[in-house]
Amino acid sequence: MSWKILLGVWMTVVIILSLSLPMSTHPQYWYELPTIPGLEEKARIMFFHVPTAWLAAVAFVLSMAYGIRYLRKKNASDDVKSASAAGLGLLFCILATVTGAIWARFSWGTFWNWDPRQTSIFVLLLIYGAYFALRSAVEIEEKRAALSAVYSIIAAVTMPFFMFIMPRILASLHPDPILNVQGKVHMNSTMLVLFLASLAGFTGLFFWMWNLHVRTTNIETQQPQ
Amino acid sequence: MTLELSGRNLKKGFNRRVIFERISFSLKPRQTLLITGPNGSGKSTLIKIISGVLTPTDGQVVAQRSESTAVPQMHSIIGLVSPYLQMYDEFSPRENLQFALSVRNMKSSFHSVSPLLEKLQLKGRLDDPVKTFSSGMKQRVKYAFALIHQPPILILDEPMANLDADGIELVKELMHEQLHEGLLVVATNDITDVDRHDQQVTLGI
Amino acid sequence: MGYDRNIAKASLWQASVAIFLKDWKSELRTRYAISALVMFVVTTISIILFALGSEGASVSALSGMLWVAVFFAAMSGLSRTFVAEEERGTSMTLQLVASPTAVLFGKLMFNLVLVVCLNAFVVLLYSAFISEFVIRTYSIFVVTVLLGSIGFAAAATIIAAIIARANTKGTLYPVLAFPILLPLLLTVINGTRLATEGAFFEEALGEFNILVSYIVAVVAVSYILFDYIWKD
Repeated sequence: MSWKILLGVWMTVVIILSLSLPMSTHPQYWYELPTIPGLEEKARIMFFHVPTAWLAAVAFVLSMAYGIRYLRKKNASDDVKSASAAGLGLLFCILATVTGAIWARFSWGTFWNWDPRQTSIFVLLLIYGAYFALRSAVEIEEKRAALSAVYSIIAAVTMPFFMFIMPRILASLHPDPILNVQGKVHMNSTMLVLFLASLAGFTGLFFWMWNLHVRTTNIETQQPQ
Repeated sequence: MTLELSGRNLKKGFNRRVIFERISFSLKPRQTLLITGPNGSGKSTLIKIISGVLTPTDGQVVAQRSESTAVPQMHSIIGLVSPYLQMYDEFSPRENLQFALSVRNMKSSFHSVSPLLEKLQLKGRLDDPVKTFSSGMKQRVKYAFALIHQPPILILDEPMANLDADGIELVKELMHEQLHEGLLVVATNDITDVDRHDQQVTLGI
Repeated sequence: MGYDRNIAKASLWQASVAIFLKDWKSELRTRYAISALVMFVVTTISIILFALGSEGASVSALSGMLWVAVFFAAMSGLSRTFVAEEERGTSMTLQLVASPTAVLFGKLMFNLVLVVCLNAFVVLLYSAFISEFVIRTYSIFVVTVLLGSIGFAAAATIIAAIIARANTKGTLYPVLAFPILLPLLLTVINGTRLATEGAFFEEALGEFNILVSYIVAVVAVSYILFDYIWKD
């Protein structure tokens, strides 16, 4: 019980700070965030956009992991967990796509640019959509669980190909200076702390929502836990 | 070489509704298993599980040679006749049967099954598409399809369905022949379908 | 009678070929699928021609549209092999006489032949009627279309197996297949573009690598997971 309150407080503080901490070109005080040339105030969306995109991907991995577990043990509760994770993943994916498009609009002028990351999050959205379209088309529970698990595995196998294909096709417009693939971070320590705090908060939110949804689904369908 | 068939603690459920559980049986060669029960009790479901087409929720079906632990693949040792087993309508009986043989790598045996086809009175219409057949004729094609590869295990669900008195006689003859060396599993509402049985499973109690 | 001799050890290959031949015999006899597919391709290419109008489009865009036509043709034809079994009620018959793997490989072979024929026809019509679409490096184009066809067959077959067990089969098929086929589509479009630009064969090797890896990955995962789809 108490950790939910802690989570609520945590997220409130994170949100307030990320929106209110002043930005300056040469941060002198500990509470100042660096200004990123070209983005300035709009960079604040990073505290919300990146965690949602991150969780959209994590949710997919979790959904697939529990799907595999279902295929091996045929335990209906694994399927409940898998579908719940996918549902939340879809939600976070929509949020990521929308916040990403808003960011794109303010940074590069158009909502959609087909750069690798925007395309990837969009494909993830398509996969989630396909997953739920499949689930709604199968009536027998055992079959529904098996087919969804299989589909998510097939999708996961073909997704890595994007990583190799994308660089070959389109030049990237995505702001790389802040976080690049080697993990070197150009944020100052305040920004980093706030960013990680936001990431942690959103992750906590995800797991709380997931747990809640699994438990309510189990009660609705009277599953043993 | 002898083949034994056993079901161990079989359970089946759909959408968390249990149809049957704790079903066990053990058949040796020349024995008959009779499955009875009211409509909707799961006879056809149990038949599908024994045929290897449906996976049980719990328990297992084992077909085993008594002298070794080798477990042969179900599709090579089973013949099934049932109302819900469809033949390929657009093909003739000859084509259906040739497929049944070639998919089991037994292409050369077709001419040797001539006596079987004659007994089933299919010879006259061997090359007409099955969709033009009456339900009685279709049942005969199903028997040919089930027996053409001389399976050690013959499984019949409602064996006399769609058959006239001659047809019923014929099926009884086929069942006797099967019991010369193999095993027989019959699911039916009418226990007079079989002359005798060695084990019985009653569902729906 | 000798049951031992008859407990046939049907080799996987033999069973797969038997299933492939059965499917082909069935298709040739009914002919519904093939004529519908041919008309579908003609219609799609006509639509593209009309949409382009007198202005035409860049060669790069035309490369993309070729594969759009292929995608939709594939979506209208490659699910038949599994859906027809379900509709006629012969899925169980097939489950009874063959192992799941034999069914997968047999149907994969069928779809492979179907998609190669289909793509050859699409490419033919496309090249003949769209004059701006000019191939400069034939070797790249041929290899791209060939590998692309195999990739299409592989992905389309496993997805067809999935939707055959679901309710709204027709509309569900492209919805499920598109995200899976997207990496393949992007790569073959790129390869086609290179072929129209007159690039050297070696420049397309990256694309071919991706295509081959894609095929291997999809076939491998199909092989591993097919049992869960096919067996109830």
